Amino acid sequence: MSDMKKQDILPNLERQPFEPRALKSIVLSTITVICALIAIVPLFSVLVMLLYKGGKRLNLEVFYSLPPTAFDLGGGFGNAILGTLFMVGVGALISMPFGVLAAIFLAELGSHSTVAKVARFCAKTMTGLPSILAGVFAYAAVVLVMGSYSAWAGGIALSLLMIPVVMLTTEEAIKMVPNPMREAAFGMGCTQAQSMTKVILPVALPSIITGVVLAVARAAGETAPLLFTALFSDYWLRANEPTASLAVLIYNYSGMPFENQIELAWAASLVLVLLVFVLNMISRAIGRRTRIK
Amino acid sequence: MPHHTDPNTAEAGSLSRPPSKGDILFDTSFRWMTLAFTWATIFLLGYIVFKIGGQALPAISQYGFKFLTTTTWDVNAGQFGILPEIWGTLYSSFLALIFGGFFGVSIAIFVTQDFLPKSVELVLKNLIELLAAIPSVVYGLWGIYVLIPIARPVAEVLHSTFGWVPFFSTSLSGPGMFPAAIVLSIMILPTVAAISQDALRSVPLKTKEAAFGMGTTRWEAILRVMLPTASGGIFGALVLGFGRALGETMALAMLVGNSNQISLSVFAPANTLAALLALNFPEAGPHEAAVLMYAACVLLLITLLVNIAGAALISFMGPGGRK
Repeated sequence: MSDMKKQDILPNLERQPFEPRALKSIVLSTITVICALIAIVPLFSVLVMLLYKGGKRLNLEVFYSLPPTAFDLGGGFGNAILGTLFMVGVGALISMPFGVLAAIFLAELGSHSTVAKVARFCAKTMTGLPSILAGVFAYAAVVLVMGSYSAWAGGIALSLLMIPVVMLTTEEAIKMVPNPMREAAFGMGCTQAQSMTKVILPVALPSIITGVVLAVARAAGETAPLLFTALFSDYWLRANEPTASLAVLIYNYSGMPFENQIELAWAASLVLVLLVFVLNMISRAIGRRTRIK
Repeated sequence: MPHHTDPNTAEAGSLSRPPSKGDILFDTSFRWMTLAFTWATIFLLGYIVFKIGGQALPAISQYGFKFLTTTTWDVNAGQFGILPEIWGTLYSSFLALIFGGFFGVSIAIFVTQDFLPKSVELVLKNLIELLAAIPSVVYGLWGIYVLIPIARPVAEVLHSTFGWVPFFSTSLSGPGMFPAAIVLSIMILPTVAAISQDALRSVPLKTKEAAFGMGTTRWEAILRVMLPTASGGIFGALVLGFGRALGETMALAMLVGNSNQISLSVFAPANTLAALLALNFPEAGPHEAAVLMYAACVLLLITLLVNIAGAALISFMGPGGRK
C-alpha cells in the first residue's frame, strides 16, 4: 500500500529514452546538425569552384599582362591587382591615423564625454552603412570636385569603410591594456601623450594591427564603392585616371559572353579570395600570439 | 637630458624629471588632435548625409513624394519611380532574413550548447566566419555559374506543382529573386550567427543549470529558457542582419534580374535600390544622376533606421537579454 502511494507522488526519475520529450530532443538535435552542415555547403562549393575554374586559368601570365580585348585569347589582370593594392593602401593610410587617434580619445582621454558617446555611435552607424553609399558619397565629394574618376577617389571611398572598423577595434584594444601599466606610467611622471605613445599603444599594437588588417581585407573585396569612383581601365595604374581593380574586373567580366573573360573572372576571384584569406590568417595569427592577459 | 644639468632636476642622470616645455606642447597638441579626429568622425557621418542629400535635392523638389509611390523608370520621358526597387529591397532582405536567420540561430545554438567537443566547435565557428570573408562579387559569380543552374530545375518542379501559390507563380528563367535571396542569406548568416552566439554565451550558466536541475531535456532548456533569455540579443542580431541585407549590392546587381516590377513570386526577376544604383549610376547623365541620388537617400534612410534600431536593441536589452 505505502509503496503504491510513494510511486503516485514521485514521478519516475529514470531516463526514458523513447518518451515523447526525449524523442523531440533527438529530432531537434538532428535538425540542427543538418542545418550546420547545409550552412557550410556554400563555403565548400565556392572554394571548390574557385580552385577548379580559377586554378585552371591561373598562370604567371595573368599577373603581368593587361586585360584582353573582346575576342582576344590570353591576357591577365596585372593592372587590376596593382590597382586593388594601391587603392587599399590609400584607404589604409587615411583610415589608420584617423581611426587610431579618434579611438585614443574614445578609450582613454574622454571616454565618458558626450562627444565620445556621439562619435562612438556615429562609428557604429557607419559600420552598417551600405558600401555603395560610401561610393555615392565619394563620387559626390571627390569625383565631381576633381572632375575625373581616379584611384584616389577609390581609396577615399574605401577609407570610409575602414575608418569605423579601425576605430572600434583600436578602442577595444586600448581598453584591454591593464590599468597598472597606466598607473605605472603616470607614477613615473609621464604626460598623457607620453603614456599613450610609449606605454599603452605599444602594448595594444598587435590588437590594433589585427583590426587594421581585417579592415584592409574587407576593403580589398569591396566592389560597389569602386564602381562610382575608380571605374575600370585596361591600362596600367595612373592614379589620377580611372583605375582597374580585381573586384570590378570580376563584376565586369562575369556577364560577358566570351569564355576567355569568364575564365579570367574566375581566376581573378581565386586571387582575390586568396588575398583576403591570407590577410585574415595574418590578423588571426597576430591576435592569437599576442593576446593581452 | 642627462648630459646637462637642469635646474629642475634634482640629480643629473635621474630617470625622473618634470615634463619639459616640449613634452607639455606635445601632450597638449596630442590631446587636441585626438579630440579633433573624434569630432571629425561625427562630421564625416553628417557630411555623408549632407552631401548625398544635397545632390538629391533637385530631384527631391522635382519629383517629391510621388517618386516613392510610382513604378515607371523612363529616362527619356523623365519619369522616375522607385516603388518596385523599395519593394525588391525589402522583399529580398526579408527572404534572406528567414533563411539566414533560421540557419544562423541554429548554428549559434549548435555551437554554444555543448553539442560538440570544444575543438570542433571552434572549427565550425571559424568556417562560418570564413563565409563572411568571401567578397560579395565572388558570391555573385558563383551565383551566376553554380547556383542558378542548380536552382532552375528545383524552381521548375515547385512552379509546376505549386504554381497556384503566389510565391511560385512564375518560372525561374535565370536571374531572379530566389537565387539573389539565397546568396543574401549566405552573406548575412555569419553576422546573425556571431551575434546570436554572443547573446547565448552571455546567459548566466546558473540559468541553464537551474533548467537542467528541474529535469528538462536539452531542447526544453534551449527553447524555454536559453532562447527567451537571449531573445533581446538574438532579435538585435536579426535586425542587424536585415540591415546588412538591405545595403548589399553586388550579389543582387548580378543575380536579381533587374526588372522593374513588383511580384510576390520568388522566381520572378526584380530589382533593389542598391542594384539600381550600381547598374545605372556609371552611365547616368546629370539629371538621372540626381534622381539616383534621391534613391540613394531613400536607401540611406532605410538602412540608418534599421541599423540604429538593431544597435539600440543590442545595447538596451544587453546581449544576454532583458536587463
